Amino acid sequence: MARFYPCKTISPGNAQGEAVISSEEILFYFTDPATGRITEHGHCLEGQSIAGKILVFPGGKGSSVVQADGLYKLEQSGMQPAGLIVQNLDTVLVSAAVIMEIPMVCEVPDSLCLALENGMTVKINTDENTIELPD
Amino acid sequence: MLLTDTQRDMLDGKYGKGKAMAARILTAVGESFRAVRLVPVTRVHVSLSAQGADIWFAEKMVQAGAVCAVAPTVNPGYSVCYFKSRSMLSPDAEENMKRTEDAYRSLGASLTYSCTPYLNENIPIRGEITAFSETSATIFVNSVIGAKTNRESAATALCAAITGFTPEYGMLLDDNRFADTAVYVEADMRDDFSYSLLGMMGKKIGKGIPVFLNLPVDPTTEQLIALGTQLNVSGSYEMFHIPGITPGSPTPEAASGYKPPRHTVTITQQDLDGLREDYAASNKTPAEFVMLGCPHYTYEQVLKVNEFMKSRLAVIPVWILTSRHVITLARSLGVYDELKRKNVQMIADTCIDESPVWGFLSGKTGLSDSPKCAYYMASFQAHINVMSTECCLEHAVKGGT
Repeated sequence: MARFYPCKTISPGNAQGEAVISSEEILFYFTDPATGRITEHGHCLEGQSIAGKILVFPGGKGSSVVQADGLYKLEQSGMQPAGLIVQNLDTVLVSAAVIMEIPMVCEVPDSLCLALENGMTVKINTDENTIELPD
Repeated sequence: MLLTDTQRDMLDGKYGKGKAMAARILTAVGESFRAVRLVPVTRVHVSLSAQGADIWFAEKMVQAGAVCAVAPTVNPGYSVCYFKSRSMLSPDAEENMKRTEDAYRSLGASLTYSCTPYLNENIPIRGEITAFSETSATIFVNSVIGAKTNRESAATALCAAITGFTPEYGMLLDDNRFADTAVYVEADMRDDFSYSLLGMMGKKIGKGIPVFLNLPVDPTTEQLIALGTQLNVSGSYEMFHIPGITPGSPTPEAASGYKPPRHTVTITQQDLDGLREDYAASNKTPAEFVMLGCPHYTYEQVLKVNEFMKSRLAVIPVWILTSRHVITLARSLGVYDELKRKNVQMIADTCIDESPVWGFLSGKTGLSDSPKCAYYMASFQAHINVMSTECCLEHAVKGGT
């Protein structure tokens, strides 16, 4: 049976994709716009693509300019993530997601974090403020 | 969020598509941080960068017909005039800066191109609600001037300028402005560079709002700029307190709201010397240039360089990035020409983080007194040896070895 979890909408939009889970904060400047891969040396997702994925991560980092610019370059080449599930908010990350119109939610229950695994299909529905893990 | 009738109308498009877009972004940010309302801002500074997302967003706002309700000052890009007259500007770079300039001019921004607006062009007063992006400006305005601003992104600051409002959360609320980390400084804070090194201690200081204790009683403006700037290279800080300096914090107890600090940290002489040694160990030779002015140099700093260079001559190029304000003063008082004869060039409107004009330094080694300069110039493979201003200039005179 599909499982549903509540969430809080930050940037509206409905999205579906495979989950990619990062234990570390993300700076989108350190991605390759041609492939959507994380390029930051030593990052837990180094070499993995976030293009079209639902990215689950603790939060953003880096300066006000480069975070937005990184996400912008990914979007220009169509390699942006489909949706973002984030734990900690900061102004730069929130405004970048809203401006680039990438669905982003936060305040998800611990039960979702326990159920989620890399590669699972995840649906974000910001009309209903839910996250769905289909069968 | 509770919106006034005017704000509701703005959101509904009564004041045009551009203001509606900006209001939508600000309410989304506000709701994320559980802001109750949007409050008026009277000063804004936008960290313009002339990079992809910056131009795209500014042009998008122009196309939507947005005009700023509060004219913001802007960060530097690069001086078309300076680099073009020296044949150092590609047609693409010229076009890129022109597009940025056209967009921000259409929006009604004041094209000041300075990253130290709080010194000359856009000076808040204590308690004033502002929206200042540019991390070195955000922290100075909160900590030294005592005005209020969140750590805005370029986009949210521009939206605040367009609408004249900002969501009330974070550093705009008095309860969030108290220090929670006591930082005892047990080190010789003898020069400006010591304050830069102290700023680079973010890892040890940890997250939060630090109150610096045991500092000399009379830090200079330049030292406070250096501290705030480098804190945002080693970490992410919106504010610090120094008792007797920070408005509203006459004592350590007042700085932390009469509550015990959550953390206590001691920065020792060893910590600062260790970082000095780390920098020395990563030095490369030969150095081919000196880059000063990250953030933009004050007139005081320019005079110090001039004094040092009095009976000397630099044999590698020395660049000082500064505001148009300072350059105008230096020109009219003869300092600009004196420095030029010593091989020291003052440049206005320009940031070190602009690969379209500094890309030719890729693969080369230079010297700077700013860790922030080293951090950003590494993004286009220019290596910077970090050391005090005097050491930079001594090397420039000796030939960069």
